[in-house]
Amino acid sequence: MSTETMTYRDAIKLAIAEEMRRDDNVVLLGEDVGEYGGAFGASVGLLEEFGEKRIKDTPISESAIVGTATGAALAGMRPICELMFMDFVTIAMDQLVNQAAKLRYMFGGKAKVPMVLRLPGGSGTGAAAQHSQSLEAWLCHVPGLMVVYASTPAEAKGLLKSAIRNDNPICFIEHKLLYKTEGEVPVDEEYTIELKKSFVKKEGTDVTIVSYGAMLHKVEEAAKYFEGAGISLEIIDPVTLYPMDMEPIIESVKKTGRLIIVHEAAKTGGLGGEISARIAESEAFDYLDAPIIRLGGLDVPIPYNRNLEKAVVPSEEAIKEAVLKVLNR
Amino acid sequence: MATYKKEFLLDMFMRMNCARYFEEKIAYLFSRGLVHGTTHLSIGQEGSAVGACMALNEGDLVSLTHRGHSQAIGFGLDIDIMMAELLGKKTGYCKGKGGSMHIADIDSGNLGANGVVGGGYALSAGAALVQQYRETGKIVLCFGGDGSVNTGNFHESINLAAIWDLPLIFFIENNQYGMSMPVKKHLKIDRIARKAESYGIPGMTVNGNDPLDVYEGVKKAAEHARNNKGPVLVESITYRWQGHSKSDAQVYRTKEEVEKWKEKDPIKRLGNYILSHGIVKEQELYDIMAEAERWIEEAYEFAQESADPPFEEVLTDVYVEEVSR
Repeated sequence: MSTETMTYRDAIKLAIAEEMRRDDNVVLLGEDVGEYGGAFGASVGLLEEFGEKRIKDTPISESAIVGTATGAALAGMRPICELMFMDFVTIAMDQLVNQAAKLRYMFGGKAKVPMVLRLPGGSGTGAAAQHSQSLEAWLCHVPGLMVVYASTPAEAKGLLKSAIRNDNPICFIEHKLLYKTEGEVPVDEEYTIELKKSFVKKEGTDVTIVSYGAMLHKVEEAAKYFEGAGISLEIIDPVTLYPMDMEPIIESVKKTGRLIIVHEAAKTGGLGGEISARIAESEAFDYLDAPIIRLGGLDVPIPYNRNLEKAVVPSEEAIKEAVLKVLNR
Repeated sequence: MATYKKEFLLDMFMRMNCARYFEEKIAYLFSRGLVHGTTHLSIGQEGSAVGACMALNEGDLVSLTHRGHSQAIGFGLDIDIMMAELLGKKTGYCKGKGGSMHIADIDSGNLGANGVVGGGYALSAGAALVQQYRETGKIVLCFGGDGSVNTGNFHESINLAAIWDLPLIFFIENNQYGMSMPVKKHLKIDRIARKAESYGIPGMTVNGNDPLDVYEGVKKAAEHARNNKGPVLVESITYRWQGHSKSDAQVYRTKEEVEKWKEKDPIKRLGNYILSHGIVKEQELYDIMAEAERWIEEAYEFAQESADPPFEEVLTDVYVEEVSR
């Protein structure tokens, strides 16, 4: 498959552009997505290609953005909408949780809501407590929604294209620190990544680490570090956080006997708890050689100061320590 | 003064009577404990709901409120299937999974009743965007209540619809109370229609207890919306005879007030119009009322004889499992 080096942001833009060329039911709605090109530049140039009819700047009305997209999806289109920061999903929760997620079920299966809600999340940009949250666990608590998290440029393209083609309301989380990262991205217009499937990013034998988003890259760095010391980490990126494909995680834990879950979101009520519990309920429980370790964000709002901000989310050091601890070394 | 065809007036009279008998039946079933959950009745508001729906063209869409039975019947939904839904049956519009507050029929253009006050405004804006985008020439009639105009969703959606010139009518049934709170207390301005000015769109007030006045107003609003001139805010002044829901003791209003409004019964008003214009003889109206009542009884029989959804249904319809394209 031929690839091109591009940033995560450009991969997102490419996915949107390709799908808009493919299907004129796809439109993009959001604050400053037009001429400005989106707060993080993910739609720069799209207005020029697709025009105001399909790239629609909205007022600062998060609830109406999500509700309008939901209504448009209900009436037959496939809207993509962007909230400037994931934190603002809180403003749109009624339309997302009470409407988009439930219409199909409430209406007895006679409706569908093919909508993608793009949510730039995560900390590390010095944006403080209201612009840095990782709220994926909230969304994963709502049956009817799907939650997808892209961790690399290739994933961003393949997953976003799959999400746009999917008939369900999908929260598509992008990590703000990843926008400028580069990677090889397939240029094939039919390149998609299957949803509801967890992926083994790196095979290993000693410890299973489940992670996603910006944390996944720290885990990968830790894995490289341990290669030299003869410790082999198996890394799994669940990708679709809800509904999550547990099989590869269960199989991996049966092989390694050790599990660490790393995410940036606050530890309490975070997905690490859900994954741990599912492992505890599964056949993999009997294979565990050590207690499961969850590394999550501290249970505090994200602080502004650079050092404090860094201290809130798991560090590469913390991941290394956890690996040694789970190996009882 | 507009003149109306006999068929039109009798159809309107029939729909209003169907709505009235439907809800009286529902009230009776609830009082006897024969239906579970709760329900919100619109008895007294039939002129508003039916008059508005009859001003629509074939293919136009509606979005309903939690007080949506008259709206749904006005729009032409099947009474048997509605009754089955209220009884939670497999044959209902939502296979018994939605109930009174979620009657929907997307195929016919009914985007659904909504259990969240103000929840349907943005959905309607989205559906109207689709009509504009595809140049279908269709419009969306979005029902709301007076209480809902104080939600953020009302403000956000009407502003969005206004700046995008969406083909959408915000039809606000002002039935004088947001649950127990009188409109005079929950709003500082005297007329909801005046809010239109702040969004740069036309606003109008219609007499919700006069279905023909509602019809004329919505017809005019529909023409405006259909001609790409943007949304219209219509306030329909009416009154809810029953409590907010089945558990309302109505301590916030007097019997005298309710009685005074009952004298403005929209069904009687339309009946008198029909008789005074010599459209039909009185007996024919009684025959229509009897037929409406019989239809409701038949709908109840249909619903009662229908099966409950099987238990497997609890797990279906959460997601579309297959990728469509």
